[in-house]
Amino acid sequence: MADSTSIPASATAIQDTAPPRHSALVRLTHWITTLCFFALLVTGMEIVVSHPRFYWGETGNSLTTPLFRIPIPSSRSTVPSGYNYVLPDQNGWSRSLHFQSAWILVLTGLLYVTSGLLSGHLRRDLVPSKPQRSWQAITTTLRDHLRFKRPTETDTYNVLQRLTYLAVVFVLFPMAIWTGLAMSPAFVSAFPSTVILLGGQQSARTLHFILSLTLTLFVAGHVVMVALAGFKARLLSMLTGTPATKEQP
Amino acid sequence: MNRRTLITTGLAATAGVAGLATAERIAKHYGLLPPNASGPFALGETLTYASQRLLTRHSMAREFSRGQISPRPFPNEIAPPSDAFKSHQAAGFADWQLSVTGLVDRPVNLSIAQLKSYPAHSQITQLACEEGWSYIAEWTGISLSQILDAAGIQPHARYIVYYSIEPGWWESVDMADALHPQTFLTYGLNGDDLPVASGGPLRLRVPRQLGYKSVKFINRLVVTDSLKGFGKGLGSASPEAGYSWYAGI
Repeated sequence: MADSTSIPASATAIQDTAPPRHSALVRLTHWITTLCFFALLVTGMEIVVSHPRFYWGETGNSLTTPLFRIPIPSSRSTVPSGYNYVLPDQNGWSRSLHFQSAWILVLTGLLYVTSGLLSGHLRRDLVPSKPQRSWQAITTTLRDHLRFKRPTETDTYNVLQRLTYLAVVFVLFPMAIWTGLAMSPAFVSAFPSTVILLGGQQSARTLHFILSLTLTLFVAGHVVMVALAGFKARLLSMLTGTPATKEQP
Repeated sequence: MNRRTLITTGLAATAGVAGLATAERIAKHYGLLPPNASGPFALGETLTYASQRLLTRHSMAREFSRGQISPRPFPNEIAPPSDAFKSHQAAGFADWQLSVTGLVDRPVNLSIAQLKSYPAHSQITQLACEEGWSYIAEWTGISLSQILDAAGIQPHARYIVYYSIEPGWWESVDMADALHPQTFLTYGLNGDDLPVASGGPLRLRVPRQLGYKSVKFINRLVVTDSLKGFGKGLGSASPEAGYSWYAGI
């Protein structure tokens, strides 16, 4: 190829002029959310270690029957974990970091949703486009995924991606925040219906745990998809905004 | 990074720092800054305390029906009792005294019998532990505010510091919780005397905060306008052990 040396130069030119694949605000909020999510996940697991038993209803403790328990040792000797040793207590900083990360994540999420509404990012990129709004479009995309058919390179999200992102932003995260707040004795004193609707304080805790598992599954799936689509290019485009599809010759 | 981004970033950072400083001054002025608002979690601690104070100053902790009382209150673990406690226990707590000092017109000493001479009140509330477990019980005693009224609390009082007879076990609450009608000096549980395991003969119940604010074996209250001179000045023993001072969540 005689002109092979000129390709990187032209690619650079496109890179400079083409609109970014992800806007600066999307990139910034994406990585703040990532950091906060991992802080919440690690500290959340640490808090669970102090009582790895889950209940349904208003109350539950070591004297009552759990809905389910996680077969791990505990950081409290009062928990009948089945292990004859007790892990060190790390709840102090875990709780503080958990709530601080939650605050930053909530504020970041509000910034993302507000700007996404104003800029049209949500309507344009996340709400399924007209041709995607049919059961046929959804089942076709699903079938292609299940057959591991490589998607044709495109600048837009497919319908499954769009629905998943919408569910994460507007269902899973809000539910995680709601169930988290429903465990707060002070918050529910002002808004008792937030815990009553969930079936009680222990139900809220159990749902919070299940939601965090679901969000973790989403993150794992998300990372796998990014890897399949080209890890380096996708990662780079979320870091610098470069249009990943046009970057490679 | 070009000049425009540099200037924009600089301006945004300056505005951010100025905004935070102003927010801190406003929070301080309205008493929304917790005593442990320092260190890496100052932001989260302050946001939580300030927002919950604004939302929950007068809200009432949820009360439950008699049928929802847990069959067995989970007493949690306590350190082996001190000799001072054991001698009181041997005497049936007849000489137990609660002292009220600090910013009061009439410092008082009250025995359990004297506390019981006030009209008794009961509340069926939940005790939720930061570890995740909870139970519901009927707590009998008198509102802390009644005792504070009797002692003649001075207008510039801002916090009540309360001590267990067991060394190193002390907490404090702001006036919103101290004067709250459900903040109880508790001497009865589920119709009986408060068992030692649950904090008998006297426990301060703060139902809008997590269990660790409900200190067991109370024998001293100090009314103050500043927490600077108490321990390390962080508000209570909990922040000194890495836990949050405000435990409404």
